[in-house]
Amino acid sequence: MDDKKTIKIYLYTRFERLWHWYQALTIICLIITGLEIHGTYTLLGFQTAVNVHNFIGLAWLILFAFFVFWLLTTGEWKQYIPTTKKLFLVVRYYSWDIFQGKPHPVQKSAGAKHNPLQRLAYLGISAMLLPVQMITGLLYYLYNDMPQVLPLPVLAVIHTVVALFLLNFLIIHVYMTTTGHSLFSHISGMITGWEEIYKTTEIADWEIQATRKK
Amino acid sequence: MKKGNFIQLCLAVTAAMALFCAAQTAVASTSESDEEALGRTLAKQAVKGSERWSTIDHAKIDALNQNFTSGEQITQACLSCHSEAATQFHKTIHWTWLASGDKQDMRYGKAGYSVNNFCISGNAMEDKGCLSCHTSWNKKGVEGEVNCLKCHNSSGFNFNEALSDITAFSKDEDPDTREIVKEIQQEIKEAVTQVTFPTRKNCGDCHFTGGGGDGVKHGDLDTSLTKPNRMLDVHMGTDGKDFSCTRCHTTVDHNIAGRIYTNPAVETRKSLIEDDLAPKITCVSCHSSEPHKNDSKMNDHTDVVSCQACHIPTYARVNPTKMWWDWSKAGKLKDGKPFIEEGPFGKPVYKSIKGEFKWEKNVTPEYFWFNGSLTSTTADDIIDPAQIVKVSHPVGDRTDPEARIFPFKMHRGKQPYDKVHKKLLAPLLSGEKGFWTTFDMDDAIERGNKTLGIPYSGKFDYVETTYAFPITHMVAPKENALNCTECHIRENSRLAAMTGLYLPGRDKSGFLDTIGWLSVFGALAGVLLHGLGRFFTRNGKEE
Repeated sequence: MDDKKTIKIYLYTRFERLWHWYQALTIICLIITGLEIHGTYTLLGFQTAVNVHNFIGLAWLILFAFFVFWLLTTGEWKQYIPTTKKLFLVVRYYSWDIFQGKPHPVQKSAGAKHNPLQRLAYLGISAMLLPVQMITGLLYYLYNDMPQVLPLPVLAVIHTVVALFLLNFLIIHVYMTTTGHSLFSHISGMITGWEEIYKTTEIADWEIQATRKK
Repeated sequence: MKKGNFIQLCLAVTAAMALFCAAQTAVASTSESDEEALGRTLAKQAVKGSERWSTIDHAKIDALNQNFTSGEQITQACLSCHSEAATQFHKTIHWTWLASGDKQDMRYGKAGYSVNNFCISGNAMEDKGCLSCHTSWNKKGVEGEVNCLKCHNSSGFNFNEALSDITAFSKDEDPDTREIVKEIQQEIKEAVTQVTFPTRKNCGDCHFTGGGGDGVKHGDLDTSLTKPNRMLDVHMGTDGKDFSCTRCHTTVDHNIAGRIYTNPAVETRKSLIEDDLAPKITCVSCHSSEPHKNDSKMNDHTDVVSCQACHIPTYARVNPTKMWWDWSKAGKLKDGKPFIEEGPFGKPVYKSIKGEFKWEKNVTPEYFWFNGSLTSTTADDIIDPAQIVKVSHPVGDRTDPEARIFPFKMHRGKQPYDKVHKKLLAPLLSGEKGFWTTFDMDDAIERGNKTLGIPYSGKFDYVETTYAFPITHMVAPKENALNCTECHIRENSRLAAMTGLYLPGRDKSGFLDTIGWLSVFGALAGVLLHGLGRFFTRNGKEE
């Protein structure tokens, strides 16, 4: 059928993909070492876990600074503006329509790579959880070197619970990549930059407000 | 896949790998590099040229070239050159057995009201058994003359025995006897010239055997330290630095640096860089307060964790030490005679004269906040017999900037107390009228408390007590220092009893942890169900 025909669009720039995978690796390493420091299991050995965790944590801060700079200078931040439009439809799609083989209500485009649910989730992650994690982590790291902002138990407990929330996100996020029109189409999109979408997809005007002026 | 895309993919993966490798390298470089830790460099500097030198050969001193007939004569010979030595020494706790300081402090000391849960009290020097460790001739205590040789002679010769033989033979005119006396006097003459700065053995003769035998008291001080290897004590090891006690217990006017009852060894920890005339009694003196390698997380510990806490993994590593002494069991007789039962390590577990003992070897310390001072319950302090009485206990808490988490040997036991006056009692032990001869505790207490001038009601019972010894000797080589997970671990942390601080790896918020894990497992369950749903509905497709 015609509407099942796919085309490839260039969705993720090189920097975006690099940032994404670098951050993915970073967060995974931080969760693995962090849970060891938390006392959940023994893997690398406590001392090594601490050293790796500190190093990667600091490296992540640097990466995140680049990410924020990129967001601001390219206007990509607009991709994260939350909207309730079609939000319900997306929720209904993932909880019901997907089992019926119905099409996704919001398709990706260069101007709108995130659906309304993604916008909400990514905004929550990037603007809330990640900064909280970075700030508590940095204060934890510098605890002995600067005046106390928050007591150690408070820092540690927040840092732990947010880490677990991020692990929660990671699980759902990885799973959701399999919900493209094939199991790996989303992942390969994030690797190559080119994502396959249905040819017939129409992009609504409100979705392309963030399209870069060319 | 387009060729260009593939290259980009490779780039991304390479960058990620590079990150991971860099992290690994950074870790490796902090743990394995040849760079020397600051604390090591400073300490090596501080003890450079540590060989002590002297301008005197005592064998050539006329005053020592005589036939001594008494200890007092020997001391006079010493004082004929070292004119102020005795005057100085008379003011020190090694002589007075009383903690110096204001009047209040005069109660503390073996000759004062201080008690422990070993042989309990020195009975104001009336218990002559204790005086074998006093630095006077012939157990005369402060009435006698200073025995310089106790600390300053390296011959190991038994002067007391030799001199008492001479005294015993003094009236005997038999030529053979005179010949023997002559020989003994020659031996004394040779031994007496072997003058030394105090060796480990000199100090150890008393401090290794305190409490009545090898390793009884301290746990980190016993005869294994006379000739230790560096595995037992990295500073004193004869195959290492071979330090004598006085290398750290530095001395001014015969006053030897170290803690004295409630007085801390030092008020503040200062390195020699900050104060080059300070006593070298603390680790910080030579090693500084940031002794580990640059940027080591260990340096962040030094404001709350003592060096000893990690660097003395266990004490009594070679010889066992006494952990329990129950006086309430003392006095049992077999066929009317006192007896001894031997237990593990070849050490007594029961002695009629002393009661029941427990010994342990290679003991893991207990940890407390410690600012250098100890509380001390004397024979004149009111106790609460319903509680375990802390005869000696570390002072300090989380908020005290001078306090550190410090390792201790806790010696536990039961000892007599006055049921009416609610005070610990001081039975007289040795001598004809002492408990060790009479086995009459009530009478021994009556006599013992009289020596201290503290009234005894006539009614006594036994109370459980603890006595804390700071563990500071037997510092292991750095490779044997504790791993992080001895403390930073959920179960069986060495610091399990330490509350009021957050210890990563040990502590968590049960509530928030549960919420976090619920969200994680909720997500797993959710995606599993969702995935199964898609699988069985084939995403709604009808193939």
